[in-house]
Amino acid sequence: MTAVTTDRPGFGQRLADLGRALVSPRGAVFLLLIVLLVAIALINPSFAEPSQFIRFIQRVAPVAIVAIGQYFVIVGGEFDLSMGSVVTTQVVIAGNLIGQDDAKSLPVLLLMLAFGAFIGLVNGLIVSFLKVPSFIVTLGMMLALLGATLYWTGGAATGNPADGFREIGRGGIRDLPVIDILPWSVLVLAIVLAAAIWFSKRPFGRTIIALGDNPTTARFSGTRNWWVKTSTFMISSLSATIAGVLLVGYAGVHPSVGRGYEFTAITAVVLGGVVLGGGRGWVVAAAAGAFALEALFTLLNFAGVPSTYRDAVQGAIIILAVAYSATTFRARRRGRGIDAPSPSSDPVADAPAEASRPDSPTSPDAATQISPPAATQTSPAPAEERDAEASARPAPIPSTPRADNETKGGS
Amino acid sequence: MRRRYAVASAMVGALALIALAGCTTDPNVTAPTEDAGATEESVEWFDQELFDKQDAERDVVPEGPDGQPWLQHINAEMVDTSEFASDGAKKACFANASISNPWRTTGWITMNQQLKVLQDAGVISEMETRDAQDSDDTQIADIDYFIEEGGCDIFLISPNSTAAMTPAVERACDTGKPVVVFDRGVQTDCPVTFIHPIGGFAWGIDTAEFLIDELDEGDKVVALRILPGVDVLEQRWAAAEKLFDEAGIEAVDYFTGADPAEIKKIISDELAKGDVDGVWMDAGDGAVAAIEAFEDAGVDYPVMTGEDEMSFLRKWKETGLTGLAPVYSNFQWRTPLLAAQKIFAGEEVPQEWVLPQSPITAEEVDEYLALNENMPDGHYAKFGGEDLPGYPQVWEDRIVP
Repeated sequence: MTAVTTDRPGFGQRLADLGRALVSPRGAVFLLLIVLLVAIALINPSFAEPSQFIRFIQRVAPVAIVAIGQYFVIVGGEFDLSMGSVVTTQVVIAGNLIGQDDAKSLPVLLLMLAFGAFIGLVNGLIVSFLKVPSFIVTLGMMLALLGATLYWTGGAATGNPADGFREIGRGGIRDLPVIDILPWSVLVLAIVLAAAIWFSKRPFGRTIIALGDNPTTARFSGTRNWWVKTSTFMISSLSATIAGVLLVGYAGVHPSVGRGYEFTAITAVVLGGVVLGGGRGWVVAAAAGAFALEALFTLLNFAGVPSTYRDAVQGAIIILAVAYSATTFRARRRGRGIDAPSPSSDPVADAPAEASRPDSPTSPDAATQISPPAATQTSPAPAEERDAEASARPAPIPSTPRADNETKGGS
Repeated sequence: MRRRYAVASAMVGALALIALAGCTTDPNVTAPTEDAGATEESVEWFDQELFDKQDAERDVVPEGPDGQPWLQHINAEMVDTSEFASDGAKKACFANASISNPWRTTGWITMNQQLKVLQDAGVISEMETRDAQDSDDTQIADIDYFIEEGGCDIFLISPNSTAAMTPAVERACDTGKPVVVFDRGVQTDCPVTFIHPIGGFAWGIDTAEFLIDELDEGDKVVALRILPGVDVLEQRWAAAEKLFDEAGIEAVDYFTGADPAEIKKIISDELAKGDVDGVWMDAGDGAVAAIEAFEDAGVDYPVMTGEDEMSFLRKWKETGLTGLAPVYSNFQWRTPLLAAQKIFAGEEVPQEWVLPQSPITAEEVDEYLALNENMPDGHYAKFGGEDLPGYPQVWEDRIVP
């Protein structure tokens, strides 16, 4: 860290860049993750062993996949609260329909994917065409699915599906050197993450961000908003389906599997510096947010925090982490305002927009602390970051239209 | 220059975060508070008098008809019910706390089959049921509805919580109609009878004694608990924690919400920290996930206590681990309706109807597995409905009425 202040060029400079990237909002989650992992390793050195660490990744895989799915919905300006119950439903479907018959694994897997896509389609179409806020639509979907599951199961699981199917979430390639076992979940996570990165770099992926940033400009630029929005919901439901397949292997069938995953995923995404309301974020940071959250839970387990106030400690750390990334994020926003062509008008345009936003600094000291000139200095961010940003915001429109986005009330 | 300043201020933020994370993990900080929390907890839920009472009741041979544990009672003080004696079919009104877990669902199915028997016998005309869905407010409204316009001849109440439901139960008593309370209790003795198995302390004693016998001093037990704050569950842990403490067993407890994914994570983390010799559960839901965590880590099975839920009994048999299945007698769901029959016949019933509660041991597990061969995993072995109509199909299909 101290290397940031040294004057050595070359290596020192690179370290400085890395340091700056880590304290930047997009990097904050990685810093947090590193801190948590180091803390865990200090308390319990065996955690750092490759065979233990790969198990940790296996455990995080379902949450990370759900967070990746949630990322696309949130960056597109919506919420998906039905993800957890989609996981639950898929787990129960797998348990009930596959039973002990290995031969049914593939057809049921296809059915689950179709069902996942269908739920996303319904969510997306209702949000797009009936103009119901996604918060309500997906909340309703969550309750409907949970109720249907309860009705179907009578409150009890019928039993785990065939071991062959559970192998996806539970097993892996065994007897490997160093890591001992390469769980299938880790491979699935790697594939999903790679696909998500690729997808978000494609024009369609960029369109999602454009839509979340400003639906009006997106429409003027020829985007079929309804289809983009609906597809984000389908992506999230499909990712919940994949998480369900992994969880049925990892944990087994129970009506409580998947409970709370929607909020864990949203927390992970926010922790990853993705802006609620859409238009800004990086899918890798969202996945890292999921890792950071799970690392936090693990840390509390290892540290022996008593069960009675574990949740409180957890919540406090999450709030602080999100607050930290929000603060640094705002500092950078101010900075960009100065970069814009007409510096004189920009702070003016920025200020009212900032004030109308729910995440704006309500305390006056937070606003004054970060004076525009001071913030300018953080703007020379790592090059690749600026690139992504430029594409994330197709037009050099400051945040005023985003305020307009907000007034529509969470649409 | 100013850029330096901004970077530095960001660094300060980062350091604060690190310091904060450091704080919570510093063993010097957590250790004393942990002890404080533990004592506070046991002071709150541990009740020596009740502990001793339930401890003694475990060894009492229950009175009542053989082979029908749902009609047996322990140390009963009988009350006269001749004032309620009356002919004809009666309407029962049942205020149920919820059917939100497999134990309650199983009991609810059994209760409905018992109802059919009594309807055929012309004792009960109908049973109107209101499900409070785990809400005190809803259940109070349900009871008041029954009092005002239910046209009930008898009130059956399975309270959602103890203190909150007491006034509503008293209002039901004030109608002069018989009131039967079962499962969780209320703080009044106005009901004609209060039906429950021995209780949480007995569960805690049975399970802790088993683990203490099988383990050595200094061994580690992971306690998996469902929820905080429910007296039936808290008493199980209060008793077990006290006995573990006295026997020098190191026990750590976690709340899991019965989520198997959570349970698996907890066990994996504990196994990463060091050996786990025993697993204690305050309810068997999720026991399979706990056992699988040991399999996945490639270590020996622990000594384990679960519950008489089929999933645990099956996994126990399959793995051959050293286990015990404590029982929170599910057959108690039959007793309220049978008590109603007795009350309308003017027969005396126990004021406090303590039903037998005995764990399933390794010698008995085969017998219970055979008896419940085709039952779903969420079924409870001691459900006590073998002589009811619809057995076994209704429980196998798990048709929730």
